[in-house]
Amino acid sequence: MNNTARVLLAASVALALAACSKQVKEEPQPEPPAPVETAPVSDGRYTPADLDTDSCLRQRTVYFDFDQDVVRPEFQAIMACHAKYLGDRPGARVTLEGNADERGTREYNLGLGERRGNAVSGALQGAGGSAGQITVVSYGEERPVCTESNESCWQRNRRVEIVYTVR
Amino acid sequence: MKRILHLLALALLLPAGLVKAQGLDIGLVTGNESALPIAVVPMPYLGTSVAPDTDVAAVIRADLNRSGQFRALSEQDVIEKPIRGSEIKFPTWRVLKQDFVVVGRVLDAPDGGYRVEYELWDVARQERLLGLALAGRPRGMRDVAHQIADQIYEKILGVRGAFWTRIAYVTASGVGDNIQYSLMIADSDGYNPQTVVRSREPLLSPAWSPDGRRLAYVSFERGNSTIYIQEIATGAREVVAAFRGINGAPAFSPDGNRLALTLSRTGNPEIYVMDLASKSLTQLTNHYSIDTEPVWTPDGQSLIFTSDRSGRPNLYQVPASGGDATRLTFEGDSNAKASISFDGKKIAMAQGRGNVYRIAVLDRSFGGAGRWQTLSPGNLDESPSFAPNASMLLYATKEGGRGVLYAVSADGRVRQRLVLADGDVREPAWSPYRQR
Repeated sequence: MNNTARVLLAASVALALAACSKQVKEEPQPEPPAPVETAPVSDGRYTPADLDTDSCLRQRTVYFDFDQDVVRPEFQAIMACHAKYLGDRPGARVTLEGNADERGTREYNLGLGERRGNAVSGALQGAGGSAGQITVVSYGEERPVCTESNESCWQRNRRVEIVYTVR
Repeated sequence: MKRILHLLALALLLPAGLVKAQGLDIGLVTGNESALPIAVVPMPYLGTSVAPDTDVAAVIRADLNRSGQFRALSEQDVIEKPIRGSEIKFPTWRVLKQDFVVVGRVLDAPDGGYRVEYELWDVARQERLLGLALAGRPRGMRDVAHQIADQIYEKILGVRGAFWTRIAYVTASGVGDNIQYSLMIADSDGYNPQTVVRSREPLLSPAWSPDGRRLAYVSFERGNSTIYIQEIATGAREVVAAFRGINGAPAFSPDGNRLALTLSRTGNPEIYVMDLASKSLTQLTNHYSIDTEPVWTPDGQSLIFTSDRSGRPNLYQVPASGGDATRLTFEGDSNAKASISFDGKKIAMAQGRGNVYRIAVLDRSFGGAGRWQTLSPGNLDESPSFAPNASMLLYATKEGGRGVLYAVSADGRVRQRLVLADGDVREPAWSPYRQR
């Protein structure tokens, strides 16, 4: 009964998809890498140019499990290099934009996005960044990068984006 | 079996609705066999000027149908067209199995508008239940029709009608950098949409003041979430909360003097109550969980809010003066975003089971743990909002990848889709009664 109902509903959604033109939101284009102007430094500290060239620093999105705010182990390397950048460059500032997938209510998801932002903030502070360099903003489910209702899309939306406001 | 039939009806209606999608799609999705049969006879224009562009009888019919309490005879089945009570041939309407007949006519009003005179008759008793006249400006004839529907509804059911009310909702259109968010208000049937505020940044959580003159909402136009209160008629608005962290989920108290809201200025989302005159804040919750989406009980004595303190989101109740919160929901995996009926007896919410989110209602009329009913058949149904008489609810869902609104009767038997021409529609909020 329940299965029949699901199949019928799925059929109706499929029909609806066929009937209307699909609007897929385009992903924001990554910023084009700026030409490297500074000379390589030898003291091991990051420079602003590294944000465009360093393969670790260029990764600025941290993904999460459903309704979770734990920074998964595979993102520890990214946490470490961004924390080092903040430590190397005390004038640098980041905004951590927390996001959630569409499941759950919008206001709850604002809270969840903030929790994720705080988790990344904590990881950055634990590895060299300082609280004064970090601002957390939660957009909840309001800024999806993908608008389909399936897990492959949802997992792209459950994220924190590290945005450098001062490099 | 009944549910399968309902879904079949949905499957058949959906593609046509989305292809059309210009203006409003107000096709009934499901029907209610036990509803009261009523014939609303066309009301001709008898004046000497230009006829109104509103079919008053058609608007009344659609209103009564949407409530789920009535089954209006379709216009092509209205085989006789009396316009006065004295012209009604009762045997005809008995053969058509109609319990009630409404007749009327549209006349010119001295001020350049129109005057609708109508009568409501009980067919079995051949008795006139109502004989009234309402005047309106040429552009206000839908308002007149909604008010007539309200009078008919109240006369027969003894419950105030809520057709002459409004809805607020948020639309998002465009993609990527061109996305535009709008906070809109419209008549309760989706007609006469008007923009309240437009922004390139997200807008959410509209909430009506009890007098229906102001809306509180959340806007990201300043970069972070900020709560505004805006006067609808003038557009004048003020920032009431722009603290560090989340400023969300505004809800006016029943007396309109206070605003419940969510702030995470301490680092974690908590429920606060703001005195709107002094802007002073009282913190109601203090817990490391996410506490949000407060709504007031009608007596103003307590608030019901969403919290994940048990691990997943559920509804809790807390006294407005502060104190311990009591968990209200133990069904499904999660329960969030409460809407409370005017009498405080029913709580509607978005209930999650796995990846399926539906509108569920907890009826506490009978005491104990209450009685549960699921009102919607979708997968991502959310944001329930009761009509001021609790006869219907609005909610948001997704169809074909975009947000649409549904109106559903409180018994779940009649659902009707309200779709705008373009973009995503979400966050419906039903207004209080309008004041004449």
